[in-house]
Amino acid sequence: MLKEGKVRIPSGCAIAAIIDRKGNMINGSEIIKSISLMHDRSNGLGGGFAAYGIYPEHKDEYAIHVFYDSADARKKCEEFLFKHFNIDVAERIPTKQVANIEKGPDIWRYFGKANRVRMKNARLDEEEYVAKCVTNVNNGIDGAYIFSSGKNMGCFKAVGYPEDVGEFYMLDNYNAYIWTAHGRFPTNTPGWWGGSHPFNILDWSIVHNGEISSYDANRRYIEQFGYKCTMQTDTEVITYLFDHLLRHHRLPIDVAADVLTAPEWEEIDRMEKDKKEYYTTLRSIYSGALVNGPFSVILGSNKGLLAINDRLKLRSLTAATKGDKAYFASEESAIRIICPDPEKVWSVSGAEPVFIPLEIETSEVEDL
Amino acid sequence: MIEAGLRRYEKINDEIKSFLTKNNKCTVKDVNGQRYIGCALDEGKTIEIYGTPGNDMACYLNGGKIIVYGNCQDAVGNTMNGGEIIVHGHSGDAMGYGMRDGQIYIKDKVACRGGIHMKEFRDMRPVLVIGQNAGSFLGEYMAGGTIVILGLNLKRGEKLFGTHCASGMHGGRIFVRGSFPKENLSDNIKIEKLNKDDEKELKAYVKKYCKYFGADFETVMSKPFRKLVPATSRPYANLYTPN
Amino acid sequence: MIGYIPRKFTVIRDNDLCTNCGGCVSQCANECHSINAEKNRVLTNSNNCVACHRCVDMCPVSALRIEKYICDYRNNANWTPEYQQEIVRQANTGSTLLSAMGNPKPYPIYWDKILLNASQVTNPSIDPLREPMEIRTILGRKPDKIEIEKKGKSLTKMPPQIILETPIMFSAMSFGSISLNAQKALAMAAKELGTIFNTGEGGLHPDLESFGKYAAVQVASGRFGVHKGYLNNCRFIEIKIGQGAKPGIGGHLPGEKVNVEVSNARMIPEGSDAISPAPHHDIYSIEDLRQLIWSLKQATDATKPVAVKIAAVHNIAAIASGCARAGADIVVIDGFRGGTGAAPTRIRDNVGIPIELALAAADQRLRDEGIRSTISLVASGSFRCSSDIVKAIALGADACYVASAPLIAMGCHMCHTCNTGKCNWGIATQKPELTKRLNPNMAQKRIENLVNAWNHEIKEIMGGMGINAIDSLRGNRLMLRGIGLTNKELEILGIIHAGE
Repeated sequence: MLKEGKVRIPSGCAIAAIIDRKGNMINGSEIIKSISLMHDRSNGLGGGFAAYGIYPEHKDEYAIHVFYDSADARKKCEEFLFKHFNIDVAERIPTKQVANIEKGPDIWRYFGKANRVRMKNARLDEEEYVAKCVTNVNNGIDGAYIFSSGKNMGCFKAVGYPEDVGEFYMLDNYNAYIWTAHGRFPTNTPGWWGGSHPFNILDWSIVHNGEISSYDANRRYIEQFGYKCTMQTDTEVITYLFDHLLRHHRLPIDVAADVLTAPEWEEIDRMEKDKKEYYTTLRSIYSGALVNGPFSVILGSNKGLLAINDRLKLRSLTAATKGDKAYFASEESAIRIICPDPEKVWSVSGAEPVFIPLEIETSEVEDL
Repeated sequence: MIEAGLRRYEKINDEIKSFLTKNNKCTVKDVNGQRYIGCALDEGKTIEIYGTPGNDMACYLNGGKIIVYGNCQDAVGNTMNGGEIIVHGHSGDAMGYGMRDGQIYIKDKVACRGGIHMKEFRDMRPVLVIGQNAGSFLGEYMAGGTIVILGLNLKRGEKLFGTHCASGMHGGRIFVRGSFPKENLSDNIKIEKLNKDDEKELKAYVKKYCKYFGADFETVMSKPFRKLVPATSRPYANLYTPN
Repeated sequence: MIGYIPRKFTVIRDNDLCTNCGGCVSQCANECHSINAEKNRVLTNSNNCVACHRCVDMCPVSALRIEKYICDYRNNANWTPEYQQEIVRQANTGSTLLSAMGNPKPYPIYWDKILLNASQVTNPSIDPLREPMEIRTILGRKPDKIEIEKKGKSLTKMPPQIILETPIMFSAMSFGSISLNAQKALAMAAKELGTIFNTGEGGLHPDLESFGKYAAVQVASGRFGVHKGYLNNCRFIEIKIGQGAKPGIGGHLPGEKVNVEVSNARMIPEGSDAISPAPHHDIYSIEDLRQLIWSLKQATDATKPVAVKIAAVHNIAAIASGCARAGADIVVIDGFRGGTGAAPTRIRDNVGIPIELALAAADQRLRDEGIRSTISLVASGSFRCSSDIVKAIALGADACYVASAPLIAMGCHMCHTCNTGKCNWGIATQKPELTKRLNPNMAQKRIENLVNAWNHEIKEIMGGMGINAIDSLRGNRLMLRGIGLTNKELEILGIIHAGE
């Protein structure tokens, strides 16, 4: 059987997320509780988490999480990383034995800054440089896979149910102001840890539910701009779309959401002039980035949390708020288990992306 | 007056257009290869150009007038529909391509494929007057209109026109002055004497030429003219058989 | 007789049914039927029959029927009767063989070797009758990205865009190659359907000037009817470099088809040959194409998108990319099965490549170059049904041009003799007694019916795939699978085999 990336494997899923907009810390046990309630939405073939604000002592460095299939892969990858980054710390990510998680890859993390000299020589800005380095490792070094590469954030994922994955990584030892979680229901048994979600590049992490029918249109659109969709998953292509729109085109996050879930023409035709022109222009320019088919997506970043749903509302996604906290989950019960008395609960509709910004300045983040 | 210098053609042409909304004449100096000057210029408007205008000068000319003090490049008067172009110098290839009406006066030479696919329609009769000589393929595909080629100031050994003259010509007429290289004429071209109407038409063009470029009318007319016309208006009538 | 060529068809008249009304006599411009006054009977001479079915269709008592005429030759897989007859024809005349309509040879038709996908379980199919299903298509150049003031307010000044309510457009058929009534029907239907018709290189007849908003006006090598007013009265301008049916050669409308009306539209004298040279004589290289594109933009104050139509030939991907880089807002690729009013047989049947391969290669190249999203790609060259169009869009086309299909809708029976000018259906002819047979309003309605039916089928297929906007079908090759194709063919088409 082909490894994920060589073949496209449709998946269903459960997703959940929590944010504290003031930057107060939330323990990992909360998100595990939420996602594990939706046990039946996943099938034990993939689970994972993304957490923001977990590495305050390394907040200015890239936290690079890597799966290694072999010692040789680690040797090659470290050679590359030490050359391209000024690595401060290299360590195994702490894990514990969990009955339902089978033996997986060797999991390492590195903290470091981009190598300025190499970056300048490559004539790339820092983010582009780091993204290229990640792509080079993932495409070029057999048996090494960087699955997390942001600052002061990290992804944790494995093949298994999400609650088991959480236990495996001992996430109750981590505190974060944003958590996202994913339980996967792949139709096949990819058996590769890299194929689990969240999918991450730089600061962006995506958890996603549904199988988009625009996949290849989106893939072939984004691959024009130097991306390579090696995983063949919806999550990967959606991450790249956001990365491209936010980082290369400098669009605000809510505008990027408009690109992916643009309103129907019928609706646009009824809008007042400015809005009509705005959406017509968006749909004309970004026709290839329109995402179609059933999906609910939660995009995490150090800017905040974005939740979007498909235009026909084919996937479920519930949102809730209480005080400074906002919650998202595929099912309302998964919110209520950790927030029994929310102030507001609503179903995220296709036309209205929900963005909860993180209201702490970068400097405040640094103070944490 | 507009100084073109090394600025982009879009800018120059915008300036010319906006100037001509309030004026009828615009002078452009120091032109250095800027394209499309006088594109689709309407009747009643004149542009004077100093320098070397770029390709496609006066394309789709729509009744306007263009005077060039200098040489022109390729595709002057491309698909022009009317108006007048006067060039105090020579011009490049494919001058007057597909022109349907209007007049072009060139003081000196015209390079290859001058007057290619000129055509006429009702009272639209394009005219191309060349003072010196023309390169190969003069009047190729010619379907209408008039080319006059005067052969003034030819050096010894220089021919009135190059090879393949009037290849595929199926309409219109070419008036040639003095001796011309018959061997360069394509098949199916007849050489005729000018009739009264031809004479009248020719004189009008020559007069204008002399006026524009200071030549002496009598001297120009002192040599005999001949008329080149297609032997058939349907050179390809038997080319095809339905299958 | 040495020059004998067996006739192609026999008209069978059922004398028990025939009332000798003579209707067929007046219907046949090929003069197959005649009245024998002495016997007071209608007689038939099948020699000129082209199987256009006009008489069969019009016979009030259904007494007529067309049969293939078989005059057997000795079997020879190499020297088929067709080749022998063509030799005889050329020995008789010394002329180039001329044919009409598209390439009829049995080359592979890849549309028939590509299968479409549908959703099952992992994502839902969508019911187009009850759920929104968008096929609106926008053509024209797009900037790389949007500039905004804030969400809801764009600062981007968009280049001129063409908004179509269907991905189906009517491709170039000049007034001259088809009748004014036929072109009128296309123009009116385009208006109703929210799409465009294309004038071909025949200028715009004064009667159709009010349809400028629904017209693509062509600028071809002969520059017939091209002037400032024409260029500014259209939705977009199309530079015709080549045509799929006859790549590399020009056009030739014989003088007998240039009647007063055609002459008015083309702006040439009545009865004169309208010759379009093989190349544009101001384009001998790619940088010259840029020159023509920008001259058209200058002439229209950049208010009109400029399309460049090229025939699908061997190096199509690089050529398409070159056109885009030269400034074409829309690149049209016409495959070798595309139709024509007349083309030399040998060219029509042997030059060019199939649209499927050309489209796939060009789309991929434009993506490799990172410029696919900034321009539009239109495919042309024989779309027989809605699924052909869906497949083309999934391969990467923004929109498709159709011509033969609407002609059939208005009466054409594909008799392949447009070039004779004796079209009994009043389509490919300028003879007033024939053109009046085509009622433009009725033809308009039939074309609208056809396109509306195809639109619905496209929506249904999209719905089955779980796609509700055509944007998400475009270039979505995962929706396609090859059947019975070689690895090389699959590689060029950029698809995988059925079962994979």
